[in-house]
Amino acid sequence: MSSQLQQDEASRSVLHRIMGGSSLVALLAVVLSIVLGGLLIAVTDERVAEASSYFFSRPGDLLSAAWEAASGAYIALFQGAIFNPGADTLAQAFRPLTETLTVATPLILAGLGVAIAFRTGLFNIGAQGQIILGATFAAWVGFTLDLPPGIHLLIAVLAGFFGGALWGFIPGILKARTGAHEVIVTIMLNYVAVYLVAYLLFTPAFQNPGSSNPISPRLDDSALFPLLLGSGYRLHLGFLVAIAATYGVWWLLNRSTAGFELRAVGANPHAARTAGISVTKGYVVVMMIAGGLAGLAGVAQVAGTEKVLTGGIAASFGFDAITVALLGRSHPWGVFFAGLLFGAFRAGGVQMQTQTGTPIDIVLVVQSLIVLFIAAPPLVKAIFRIDRKKKKKPTKPDQSSEDTTTTTAVGGVA
Amino acid sequence: MSVATDTRPKRPSTNATVKNWKAPIGFGIGAVVALLVFALGGPAQTAVFRVSNDSDRFRLADVALPAVAVGWFTAVVLTLIAVYAFEQVRNGRPINRWIPIIYGLLFMIGFLTWVVGSANIPSISLTGLIAGSVTLAIPLIFGSLSGVLCERVGVVNIAIEGQLLSGAFAAAVAASISGNAYVGLIAAAFAGTLVSVVLAVFSIKYYVNQIIVGVVLNVLVSGLTGFLASTLLSRDPATFNSPPSLPVISVPFFSDLPIIGGILFRQSIVGYLMYVAVIVIYIGLFRTKWGLRVRAVGEHPQAADTMGIKVNSTRFWNVLLGGAVAGFGGAFFTLVSVSSFSRDMTAGAGYIALAALIFGRWNPIGAFFAALLFGFFTNLQYVLSIVGTSVPSQFMAMLPYIVTILAVAGLVGRSRPPAASGTPYIKE
Repeated sequence: MSSQLQQDEASRSVLHRIMGGSSLVALLAVVLSIVLGGLLIAVTDERVAEASSYFFSRPGDLLSAAWEAASGAYIALFQGAIFNPGADTLAQAFRPLTETLTVATPLILAGLGVAIAFRTGLFNIGAQGQIILGATFAAWVGFTLDLPPGIHLLIAVLAGFFGGALWGFIPGILKARTGAHEVIVTIMLNYVAVYLVAYLLFTPAFQNPGSSNPISPRLDDSALFPLLLGSGYRLHLGFLVAIAATYGVWWLLNRSTAGFELRAVGANPHAARTAGISVTKGYVVVMMIAGGLAGLAGVAQVAGTEKVLTGGIAASFGFDAITVALLGRSHPWGVFFAGLLFGAFRAGGVQMQTQTGTPIDIVLVVQSLIVLFIAAPPLVKAIFRIDRKKKKKPTKPDQSSEDTTTTTAVGGVA
Repeated sequence: MSVATDTRPKRPSTNATVKNWKAPIGFGIGAVVALLVFALGGPAQTAVFRVSNDSDRFRLADVALPAVAVGWFTAVVLTLIAVYAFEQVRNGRPINRWIPIIYGLLFMIGFLTWVVGSANIPSISLTGLIAGSVTLAIPLIFGSLSGVLCERVGVVNIAIEGQLLSGAFAAAVAASISGNAYVGLIAAAFAGTLVSVVLAVFSIKYYVNQIIVGVVLNVLVSGLTGFLASTLLSRDPATFNSPPSLPVISVPFFSDLPIIGGILFRQSIVGYLMYVAVIVIYIGLFRTKWGLRVRAVGEHPQAADTMGIKVNSTRFWNVLLGGAVAGFGGAFFTLVSVSSFSRDMTAGAGYIALAALIFGRWNPIGAFFAALLFGFFTNLQYVLSIVGTSVPSQFMAMLPYIVTILAVAGLVGRSRPPAASGTPYIKE
């Protein structure tokens, strides 16, 4: 295939994804979820409750109080995630955006790990444990070894990848050899990882000398990701690693023989086996790559934002990564933008919580609603009554059949 | 949890052309562990297991076991069992089904004697250990029963965690507002059912992958309850988050029996409901027409449909029933265990319940004992941290998860899910 044709095909597929019905559904799903989240904020707001007590005398008060509660929370979220107009300088005003990118970094990396496994037909619920293992390996390299700058960071990154890959290897090899279902094994390994790191942080090799808390020493400066925008911002080199990893996964899946084989295994393992592809090897390889990517998310945490290893190093990134992969429909660049969106939610949620007192849990609610709605396009279409309009257009007679394919694609691939 | 991409090896054929060496290898590894740790590493102390308290009506003598002797005894017997299993497999004969159970019990005795013997104070209350295990296991048992009901009908239920958490939340709020713990119990069942409705609608009506719905539902419930806990509940805890506890109901005379008195006859209503649920669901699934239909739908929906069973509505109602059962388990957290709701208070119990369901081989009785075992490990960890032991508590906490991994990998017995579990049924 010539490069011209490749580019054509690539641009067409991007165009198809943007223009296709599924993107409209995705957009509507996001809008619907944000509206529902706003309703939840309004319903639980104190002033709204007060206004509802005299609803029949002044109904307008209730509506305006509800609107203020929801819009206030979302404005705070926006200011915490993208742009803060109240800042002194323009650079300061864009500081929230850099926070979003910082938070998005581990989400994207771990989301890629979940997505690449989805594409091979595997459910990697174990990103959480893989992040922890990656962070543990990278942190150990970071504060124990004494290496020149550059090499130290490189070794730490590789160690983190290896740690995650190790934790991905276990479900991969068990699936390949014994048929053990990867969902169960990865869920269980998440807990094993949590207790393992909890134990390690009380051992002399990991615990910060002189501290009685389960916390490691600070990583050496030579093992930290350099800051991209100076000391005023937390954004670090890990974000560029996430971009590179996104490109890498895209290349692997769409341009390499190995990636073709992995996708073939995901699409139809029986056909793949008939075609001479080793399905079992595919499972092991993809789980190691998936684990390694999640491990890199762990590196981004210890060598980028946190700088020390703690029991809560993975926060809930491993579980958020699943929703990121689902929202991104398991396409590398889809995952990238989904990671940015959820990173914005998370960064803005912190600001929202301090500014308006709306708990950050609302982010979890909106996030999970988005994924639920996206997974069920017919539901979203029924809510917005899209189907009826589509049926009138004679140019798209096969719209309904396309719907079922997207539904089953989510079921089968994702 | 069989997905289309199943590479599970076929069941061992009876003509023994394929020899399955997993059992002897597993037994062998256990025997080596027993030899190295329990026997050679046996502490020179006597482990004392107290059975009765001074206040008990019936008193039994304490059990005192010399750790080294018990260690050697278990190591030798376990080795003999491993050799027996090896010989049986080599000659193509089946291994007696009681052997793994005896093996497991012996291993537990060896382990307990070793771990208690090596503690600073080598004496624990056996009755307290067992009673605590049952208490900790109650929500796990409800959760895994919910999983059994759903998976037997062909719907994978990853949302057990969400059902438990929503049950705990609803129980706390409803019991606080009404001032009646039993109202809370019913509300918990409704909340669990509500989570199930979402699971059922999305997976059965919209054919969304069941694992995805389950995972997302757990996040949704965690977010919703966490949000409401830090808005409504924390604003007015007196009204919304101070539920009365369910009283403990003691059966006269029987509750004074040693060991079993506390676990069988001195429970809250949730505890008694748990025993009833296990028995009723077991009989329902394996001894009634309803159960036969349910299992047919879970194993071969096409065949069930051909026989006139409404596949999707059977699935729908079963998933709802599962949610109600898990809801009762959630009520345990706020009406029995602790007397207020706090965010994410189920702390992964739903996932352990999932593990118990698999370890119990999709059978209510099996899930019951598996959940008991997991509750036992959790409680042992608490008990041992009091008497002081060399085994890090984190490793004790890890054990249920590692055992589950070994179980699904087929090293400990064979676990096979219902054939159609995880696949939506689309009528052609």
